Amino acid sequence: MSERSRDVVDTVLGFARTLRHAGVPASPDRVEAMLAAVGNLSVLDPRHVYWAGRLTLCGGPDDLDRYDAAFAAWFSGEAPRAVPRTASQRLEPAISAPLAPGTGEGDDGEAPELATQASADEVLRHRDVGEMTLAEREHLRRLFALLVPAAPMRPSRRRRASIRGAVHPARTVRQALHDGGEVRRLLHHRPEARPRRVVLLVDVSGSMTPYADALLRFAHAAVRARPSSTEVFTIGTRLTRVTRELRLRDPDKALAASGSAIPDWSGGTRLGEVLKAFLDRWGQRGTARGAVVVVCSDGWERGDAALLGEQMARLRRLAHTVVWVNPHKGRTGYEPLTSGMRAALPSVDHFVSGHSMAAFEELTGVIGRA
Amino acid sequence: MLQRVSERTPTLPTDPPALAAALEATGYLPDEGLATAAYLALAMHRPLFLEGEAGVGKTALAHAMAEVTGRPIYRLQCYEGLEASQALYDWDFGRQLLHLRAAEAAHAAGAAEELDTEKLEASLYDRRFLLARPLLQALEDSPSVLLVDEIDRADDEFEAFLLEVLSDFTISIPELGTVRATTPPLVVLTSNRTREVHDALKRRCLYHWLQHPDFDREVAILRRRLPEVTEQLAREVARATANLRRLDLLKPPGIAEAMDWATALHTLGARHLDPDLAARTLGAVLKYREDTDRVQAMAGGALLGE
Repeated sequence: MSERSRDVVDTVLGFARTLRHAGVPASPDRVEAMLAAVGNLSVLDPRHVYWAGRLTLCGGPDDLDRYDAAFAAWFSGEAPRAVPRTASQRLEPAISAPLAPGTGEGDDGEAPELATQASADEVLRHRDVGEMTLAEREHLRRLFALLVPAAPMRPSRRRRASIRGAVHPARTVRQALHDGGEVRRLLHHRPEARPRRVVLLVDVSGSMTPYADALLRFAHAAVRARPSSTEVFTIGTRLTRVTRELRLRDPDKALAASGSAIPDWSGGTRLGEVLKAFLDRWGQRGTARGAVVVVCSDGWERGDAALLGEQMARLRRLAHTVVWVNPHKGRTGYEPLTSGMRAALPSVDHFVSGHSMAAFEELTGVIGRA
Repeated sequence: MLQRVSERTPTLPTDPPALAAALEATGYLPDEGLATAAYLALAMHRPLFLEGEAGVGKTALAHAMAEVTGRPIYRLQCYEGLEASQALYDWDFGRQLLHLRAAEAAHAAGAAEELDTEKLEASLYDRRFLLARPLLQALEDSPSVLLVDEIDRADDEFEAFLLEVLSDFTISIPELGTVRATTPPLVVLTSNRTREVHDALKRRCLYHWLQHPDFDREVAILRRRLPEVTEQLAREVARATANLRRLDLLKPPGIAEAMDWATALHTLGARHLDPDLAARTLGAVLKYREDTDRVQAMAGGALLGE
């Protein structure tokens, strides 16, 4: 008997390892719960084992497909599928040379140390991140750490004690009980202000490659400042939620983690479709409701611009404020000519540039005041 | 209260199929996964966390489980700003004050003995002045079913607080002592996923993602819940609802909407679904103007057909 239960434990532990490999966070306490669940069902019935695992090890609808695949692989005796490494490999250049385009090793020699910090900061703040050398970008990374995005606030239904405001009967009477049944003064409360949700949609398609890293760093600063009220998604050919990855403290680790989560790095753009996916799966349910939604994209749409316009109008109806960040807007003589940009602009409240540190500072101001 | 405890059925279903059969007897038709989840929640004393589209029967499951187990159900509807005093307990300050005044008046009227302040204070924090809210009620009236509805609407501070109560099923009231459930209640948490619920809470629960029922189950549910609707109408409504769900709408109709639709059609005296009636009653299933426009632009046959 103990032999058999030992067997069960080993099998379950092995399965949990496979599952973790496939990206489902099957933590030890969850595995323990699965063992308890299997104990309450029949070990010999595969359906029972399937449900025992699915109910205890999964934590969201995204986990279910991975769970099914891992379950089929492990219990049918196939070799467990290795995680596709390609995604993280694709990112590696982005870790060492964060803001990618053309500039190679040669640049390093040309720009030695940035000797005078203050003036260099000032110059860098206005430089286009797309045209920087490696050393300058390295410096910019440090500037990002200083960026503290202010949160927009909204009134909440939760109330807190205050000197002014409506009378709080419960507190007043409680105080009266303390004072021997005598109401000596009225106590008040009033609505609290809470941070409004901020949703960042960062375009990681090919045309945005020079800026995607800087924008993700900006997103990281925003998530670190308000972890519970900030959501970040990347858009390109598909929608990826990277909020969880960006919660890591170290910006480089956070970016590496989100990079391996993004399957469509430097791919094409189907803004309309991806925006629709965002609104269907997240936005309409509540993520975009009453939120400040920031779309960071050059509006280069390969799909149907009409669809993008329609979805932007839908987003406008749900969100509190829609901000569009277009790095190209910072260029002199820029006109919003791309079809996607023109379709989107009627539904945008603030159209800002996001090409330099100064522009990012301006963006935090726009978000904070929204 | 004690008598009701003994009335409650002591024999719980011993395996998932038995529970499924018991649920079916109450008019709730679960699929294999949901029956297993509910069974494990009972057997392991673990909360059941149900997520899924609106209108797939998350809340209904809690009510059905209460009926199957013969336990009373306590429902806590979550909303933003929900506080412990609305979820756990509150003191009835008004009555406490009255009690205090009455004691004073009695003393003034010439009761000879000294006013014993300690005794008076103890009598102020008596159980009868405590207003039990759903969480406390569910623990006191054990065994019970506790439904925490739409947890995603409460703010995250409340989640942390709930975690504390759900981990050991005790509530301590400083003035009175600790309340502990003799049998942990069956806890059902539902979420529409308007925001991600914290992992720490999910880890303590059995997680189940509810989907729209398949065609046969949907027909069975419609027939079961609305016995007055004809078999043909139920089948056609189920078919049309399934077609609507494939259309990529802003809000695909759930089983609740399908039931509303069938009821609406039945009220109009329909015995089967024709395109004209369908168009007129579309408001029962579709709740967005864009969706209605899209469906109305389609030929009626496309909606009703295979």
